[in-house]
Amino acid sequence: MKEIARSDVEYVAALAQLKLDDAAADRLVGELGEILAYMDLLNELDTEGVEPMMHALEVTNVYRDDVTAPSLPREAALQNAPRTDGAYFLVPRILDQE
Amino acid sequence: MSRDWFGCTAHEISDALRSGAVTAREVAQSCLDRIDAVDGRVQAYVEVWRDEALRQADAADARIQAGTAGPLTGVPVSLKDVLCTQTGATTCCSRILEGYRSPFDATVVRRLQEAGAVFLGKVNMDEFAMGSTTENSARQVTRNPWDLERVPGGSSGGSAASVAADETAISIGSDTGGSIRQPAAFCGCVGMKPTYGRVSRYGLVAFASSLDQIGPLAKDVRDCATTLNVICGRDPHDSTSADVPVPDFTEALTGDVGDLRIGLPRECFTEDLSDVVRGPVIQAARTLEDRGATLVDVDLPLLRYAVATYYIICTAEASANLARFDGVRYGYRDPDAKNVQDMYVLSKSRGFGPEVQRRIVLGTYVLSSGYYDAYYLKAQRVRRLIRDDYARAFASCDAILMPVTPSPAYRLGEMLDDPLQMYLADIYTIGVNLAGLPAISVPCGKSSAGLPIGMQLVGKAFDEATILRAAHAYELHAGIALGRPALAG
Amino acid sequence: MTGAADPMQGDGNTVSTEFEAVIGMEVHVELNTRSKVFCGCSTNFHAPPNTNVCPVCLGMPGVLPVLNRRAVERSVAAGIALGCTISRWSKMDRKNYFYPDLAKNYQISQYDLPLSHDGVLEVDVVSPGSQTPSASKRIRIRRAHLEEDTARNTHALPGGCSGVDFNRSGVPLLEIVTEPDIQNADEAYSYLISLRQLLLYLGISDCNMEEGSLRAEANISLRRPGATELGVKTEVKNVASFTGAYRAIEYEIARQRQVLLDGGTVVQETRGWDADRGVTVAQRTKESAHDYRYFPEPDLVPIVVDAAWETEIRSGLPELPKARRERFATALGLSSYDATVLTATRAIADYFEAVVAAGAPAKPAANWIMGDLQAVLSERDLEPSDAALPAAHLAAMITLIETGKISGKIAKDLLPELVDTKRPPEALVEEKGLAQISDAGALRELVRKAVADNPGPAQDVRNGKTKAVGFLVGQVMKASKGKANPKVINELLQEELTSE
Repeated sequence: MKEIARSDVEYVAALAQLKLDDAAADRLVGELGEILAYMDLLNELDTEGVEPMMHALEVTNVYRDDVTAPSLPREAALQNAPRTDGAYFLVPRILDQE
Repeated sequence: MSRDWFGCTAHEISDALRSGAVTAREVAQSCLDRIDAVDGRVQAYVEVWRDEALRQADAADARIQAGTAGPLTGVPVSLKDVLCTQTGATTCCSRILEGYRSPFDATVVRRLQEAGAVFLGKVNMDEFAMGSTTENSARQVTRNPWDLERVPGGSSGGSAASVAADETAISIGSDTGGSIRQPAAFCGCVGMKPTYGRVSRYGLVAFASSLDQIGPLAKDVRDCATTLNVICGRDPHDSTSADVPVPDFTEALTGDVGDLRIGLPRECFTEDLSDVVRGPVIQAARTLEDRGATLVDVDLPLLRYAVATYYIICTAEASANLARFDGVRYGYRDPDAKNVQDMYVLSKSRGFGPEVQRRIVLGTYVLSSGYYDAYYLKAQRVRRLIRDDYARAFASCDAILMPVTPSPAYRLGEMLDDPLQMYLADIYTIGVNLAGLPAISVPCGKSSAGLPIGMQLVGKAFDEATILRAAHAYELHAGIALGRPALAG
Repeated sequence: MTGAADPMQGDGNTVSTEFEAVIGMEVHVELNTRSKVFCGCSTNFHAPPNTNVCPVCLGMPGVLPVLNRRAVERSVAAGIALGCTISRWSKMDRKNYFYPDLAKNYQISQYDLPLSHDGVLEVDVVSPGSQTPSASKRIRIRRAHLEEDTARNTHALPGGCSGVDFNRSGVPLLEIVTEPDIQNADEAYSYLISLRQLLLYLGISDCNMEEGSLRAEANISLRRPGATELGVKTEVKNVASFTGAYRAIEYEIARQRQVLLDGGTVVQETRGWDADRGVTVAQRTKESAHDYRYFPEPDLVPIVVDAAWETEIRSGLPELPKARRERFATALGLSSYDATVLTATRAIADYFEAVVAAGAPAKPAANWIMGDLQAVLSERDLEPSDAALPAAHLAAMITLIETGKISGKIAKDLLPELVDTKRPPEALVEEKGLAQISDAGALRELVRKAVADNPGPAQDVRNGKTKAVGFLVGQVMKASKGKANPKVINELLQEELTSE
């Protein structure tokens, strides 16, 4: 696997909506480089044909019935909102409208 | 009052409550006084619920009077701050959730409440359960009650410290890669991670969903069993909670291990293990052998791949789980944010601590286009091999005995600068999470410096009973007394 | 818009002399379950903002999704109806991206193992201007998968803010994706019509495009005829009606064609349809928007639809439009056109069948429903249904005509009152004395009077100008207030005018 570059760290941080200052980015390049190099250890193992393990529990088909349950009172839904008008969660104006 | 109730086990308290020797209010008050006396130094609690605790204690007394009390009625419990509670705040000890009030109680919290437990408050942890020292908390630095210059372990460091410092009888923690067992070992208490799916995760703020499991930390094995009786079982709010019958785990505590085969993985006792840990752990195995258990050598050849596998999977899942902290519906929103993009970036960059950011970046990387197959998918395949590894080992034994940690508790600050070294120290605990197995950490001695050492028993899936039995028998017959931390001011 | 002079001169359906269009459709439909896909909140998202929300659909810390069984079953039902292979084993995945309407900043969706895949929808190709099919087209369905809907952002709030309403967050969505088999706007339009018809038959979605319970996007590219490689595509969004989709696709084909004719290259991008201006507009491309980092949702367990469950769902399906259309034509003897009209919706087909079941012959039942009843009901903003006019009443009315009790003319006049009063036709006919007069004795006087009053036409008839008979019949009908049996009048007139 290839060595991690600063641009990789910046790309990934942007995907995760994180902004790193220069020092943090430099440090992360070093740390992640070391960690990812360590993870290359897994390449020693032949995993050809091994089914990926998604769950610790081998259970399928767990469902709920289609019945309604009480929703939160609106005040409770909004009680932690950083900004609200009592009806909506308010955010800075969304420009990139889909 | 003749006893320091704060120092008692849950079953001692429960017996005394039922005999009328003490009231739940007196027990709660005793613990609250203890917290006042020592928590300034230990710093385990991030929130103490004085009024709520006394109210719950009164309700417990009423149940005891009415004859409807269960084994946990009136028993003091502290809760890791990763559990959602309608009482107080739920912050995961992160700045990004400062002051967050959960509109619901976690299923475990509700079950404990229904059992009559008395909640003393919320205890410290590494931010979002990411860490092994509790130093990643945005709130405070919790000290190891045995040596205030050392860490209590993590991420459930507040839980372990609160139990070890006699600030509660029981604490509820969470274990994603050893976060219950490692601090239990560092602080000299018993900590149990049940089988994945045994305990509902509803209301546990997710770190890594396929690995997280809630469990108890307590002063002895019996208290762990009693707590499991209350918190285990299927929950319709958690699709991954198993529909498997829950036995009365206390019935397993027979003291008899004559029929048990205890596996000792060769790979766990290499030169990587410090002598200070090796000695007591081997001695623990000998103790069980003396009581009739058969010791067998087993192999876990994939042990050395567990750390790499674990840190790919847990960071990948965490990168998605923590995306929701964006300042829209709750939590920290940076006041400088003028647009949506800033709101995300500033809130996250200033709301999350460095370890959390490191793991989010790592987890995002291993899932990103071009790297998914090489890291995430590879790790998922190795995860299956690791699980198969344990299954093979269990073909020749009923429980596996191994260390919890390579060394006793670190000095404060010792592990902060080298994340990889810190990750590598999880080597003995994380395989269990990857395989979804139950495991218990039991004190088995002290270092010459007076630091507790733990040993770990790992069981087959949904066979908590066997490891509880072995751990309890060991506890009965080990003849070791850790004593109590001095907590000299 | 880039510098192209006027791309709208081209007709989207006729570019094939230089380029052929390759179009794939992605349609999202909201499944009409009672509760949301992962929590018990009501799916009624028209409630006041943030009132049908709970910790789960708000993505609060500590919550877990639990999958709604009916959402899975309805998705599978759609898959079966679309002729898809149902996946024996599928799973939910997390699709990661940040947007204020996405509660967890990942959407629980399906990535590599959709619930169903590889189906086909046979479509009668029509156009917005003409509903008469011009051709039939097989459009392959690539996949249909289940996911959760997002919240809704409101931009018109005071204070320069946007507001987020999470009522819609977590409403089950079925995404249906075609292969790029569609070649023009007519086919795309017809696909949407057929798909909606099918989903409405299944009763699994309201399919209301204006309210957003059906949303369509088109992936459009052009290539030279015979070329095997696809051209660069654009994704056209924001269409709010089927004709809007038609116009947007026509426009976009013409725009791309012009770009290519001008020697330019099409930019891969998302374009929004601006219905007012009649153009597609490039939407700002989000940086790194396409690295969604899908991975299996660890909070949900795999979905296994075994043969037994699939069979159970299949046996619960209603008769689908195509089968019903064919049955109406073969078993009931309707024309192809009538069968198509009467199976346009499940409601009208059910109504038609109820009228036939109540004793009316199929052909007159079809004529009345498609003709006079449709007219009377649409004036009242009603659809053919038992509530608008009980099927038994319409059947009884048709029987009264067939047995000669009332004339067609009387029936036609009576229809509005039948609808408005909901009274049985027999009672109304009785009460108003509308029964047809077929008794020769009762009519002979009226016939003689008509002959006497109209000597000119009467003479014409005697002279063999049979056309004038109609006039005289009309006079008698008028005199009888429409109740006379025209057949009997005719016979009497013949007697009167030839017996002299």
